[in-house]
Amino acid sequence: MAAELHVELVAADRQVWSGEATLVVARTTSGDIGVMPGHQPLLGVLESGPVTIRTTSEVGTIVAAVHGGFISFADNKLSLLAETVEMADEIDVQRAERALERAKSEADAAAERRADVRLRAVAAR
Amino acid sequence: MGAQLRVYKRRIRSVTATKKITKAMEMIAASRVVKAQRKVAASTPYATELTRAVTAVSTGANDKHPLTTEVENPTRAAVLLLTSDRGLAGAFNSNAIKSAEQLTEKLQAEGKQVDSYIVGRRGIAHYNFRERKIAGEWTGFTDEPSYADAKAVAGPLIEAIEKDTAEGGVDELHIVYTEFVSMMTQNAVESRLLPLSLDEVAEEAGTKDEIRPLYDFEPSGQDVLDALLPRYVESRIYNALLQSAASKHAATRRAMKSATDNAGELINNLSRLANAARQAEITQEISEIVGGSAALSDATAGSDK
Repeated sequence: MAAELHVELVAADRQVWSGEATLVVARTTSGDIGVMPGHQPLLGVLESGPVTIRTTSEVGTIVAAVHGGFISFADNKLSLLAETVEMADEIDVQRAERALERAKSEADAAAERRADVRLRAVAAR
Repeated sequence: MGAQLRVYKRRIRSVTATKKITKAMEMIAASRVVKAQRKVAASTPYATELTRAVTAVSTGANDKHPLTTEVENPTRAAVLLLTSDRGLAGAFNSNAIKSAEQLTEKLQAEGKQVDSYIVGRRGIAHYNFRERKIAGEWTGFTDEPSYADAKAVAGPLIEAIEKDTAEGGVDELHIVYTEFVSMMTQNAVESRLLPLSLDEVAEEAGTKDEIRPLYDFEPSGQDVLDALLPRYVESRIYNALLQSAASKHAATRRAMKSATDNAGELINNLSRLANAARQAEITQEISEIVGGSAALSDATAGSDK
């Protein structure tokens, strides 16, 4: 069994991250899923949520907030596709908190969920 | 200064000002082409991965989906035309519009009713002026389209195709945009976006003859397909918008370059004319002085005697 898998984290307008990892945890519509090297070919629909990638480099574990998208794994290559991807260290916590409050007061469920996902991604870092 | 010379000088000044403006526009457009090309390149990984995923589902699951099923007798078609908000881009917009009109005629000849969806103020103005019906229009983002813009365009189109034809839905979706080949070449192209031919998608991904792994679908093949196909359409429209933007800037650059060149030529011609006028004036003045002094010396010579 290969000890690591290749990960491509891709947003609609840019490639966010790519590299080797030992474990990737993402949230699909039917629950959290963890993919390790040698997993069977998989294609799933992602929910808005944090994605955790345990890398083999010195960076350690990276977390990204993913809003909708897909996870696909085959031949030890994993790709995470999403319209919007934000790395946890790119997220501005104060701004996300403000966005959350505003979304709550305006009862905008989608915006509230987005802001919530961002904050959870930061917390999981 | 003579009247003639003054007129030439004034025209040279005005052409020089115009030349400065077109030169600036050329340089702005040149830098924007590079930026737009970079955006096209940046969106490629997502498009490639998405195409690969679509091929994976199409082989793994044999589910029917409204976006992939061919209707037996298509009666309504939608044509999405991508133009720009601003002109000064040579034949860029008129080529796209012409191509869309040819396609519309072809579809109508096949007995289909055509709904026009238009992006960009130029195309909308063209259709409004001829009082043709526009089913949907978008403006304001043609210079730098974002993914959210592509989503906004794709939404109503996908909705229309999923609706039954009797309720105002469409059976086919065609897209007309300007393909960016190089800085010098941009072609208006038309292609059928929907219903999606999965074989073509596989060919595009370059995986037609490849043996594909048997995927495990999460939650199910049908659900994955439902979520995947609209994204695929969006990504195709996004790509078309980006290419169209890059083409527009390249066309503007070229148009402005020839405008600058023409202005330079005009200035050269005008300066030659101005020089000739100045010379004529000087010659005239000299002959006047010579003639005057000759007359004077003739007169004094006469009085001396």
